[in-house]
Amino acid sequence: MKGSLKIVGFFILGIIAGMTGLLHIDDFGFDVSFTALAMLMFCVGIGVGSDFSALKSLRTQSGVMLLLPLITIIGTLAGCAGISLLFPGRSVSDLLAVGSGFGYYSLSSIFITEYRGAELGTVALLANICREIITLLGAPLLYRWFGPLAPISSGGATSMDTTLPIITNVSGKEFVVLSIYHGFVVDFSVPFLVTFFCSF
Amino acid sequence: MASGILAGWLLRRRNLRLLGRIISVLIWLLLFLLGVEAGGDERIVKGIASLGMEALVVTSGGVAGSSILAYALWRVAVRGKTRESQKGGEVR
Repeated sequence: MKGSLKIVGFFILGIIAGMTGLLHIDDFGFDVSFTALAMLMFCVGIGVGSDFSALKSLRTQSGVMLLLPLITIIGTLAGCAGISLLFPGRSVSDLLAVGSGFGYYSLSSIFITEYRGAELGTVALLANICREIITLLGAPLLYRWFGPLAPISSGGATSMDTTLPIITNVSGKEFVVLSIYHGFVVDFSVPFLVTFFCSF
Repeated sequence: MASGILAGWLLRRRNLRLLGRIISVLIWLLLFLLGVEAGGDERIVKGIASLGMEALVVTSGGVAGSSILAYALWRVAVRGKTRESQKGGEVR
């Protein structure tokens, strides 16, 4: 939660700087956000490349539960596609890109800003922060209505870090490994899915 | 990103504690820049309430969709477990 507050804090600082005209995005003389994005992608890549072992060791979970990340991805995309009927002003792919953040607000909103502009980027940031908050607050209710896998699924990419404590509490300790594995796989899919839906 | 994966694989034995910090700083910088861009755009500042509402509705759709499928998967998993009470493994 402290991490999310920091993130929101930087976003708000930026808004203030932009509103007061203190700073303008074109002042830098080069595309500073694209440069930073490329550096970020390089670093994320290093993380993925050095961490294959983590994925392998979590493969010990058996059976049909291993499909949970796929279930989360399909369910989220289906839900967002359905919701897009309510927003005739937005294309389906816009909202699928927003949904593909799976709670990984920092990376997904940065990507969407780069490809679709700051307006949709702001929606993506807010939507994915909402996802984390809904999971943190609603986990007991999700458990009661949809069973022990729902809080993990709802947590999306955050099920391996920020929402893991509440998931452990609500669903039970036996779901910790599944929850981490789920978060890892969903997290891994974010850059690919978001850029994929932005390309339409 | 592909070059990063390659670099990460080559460096996999090294200490990568620094990497997490670099990533955090870059993320802060980029979100600050997103704020600058959004704050400089009058349309976004005026519409922040409706954008927030839109964000909440879209996320609710995503959470609902994934929860319903997670429920279905749980039912399948439980049924598989009672059928193969010995090992509880492969259901496919």
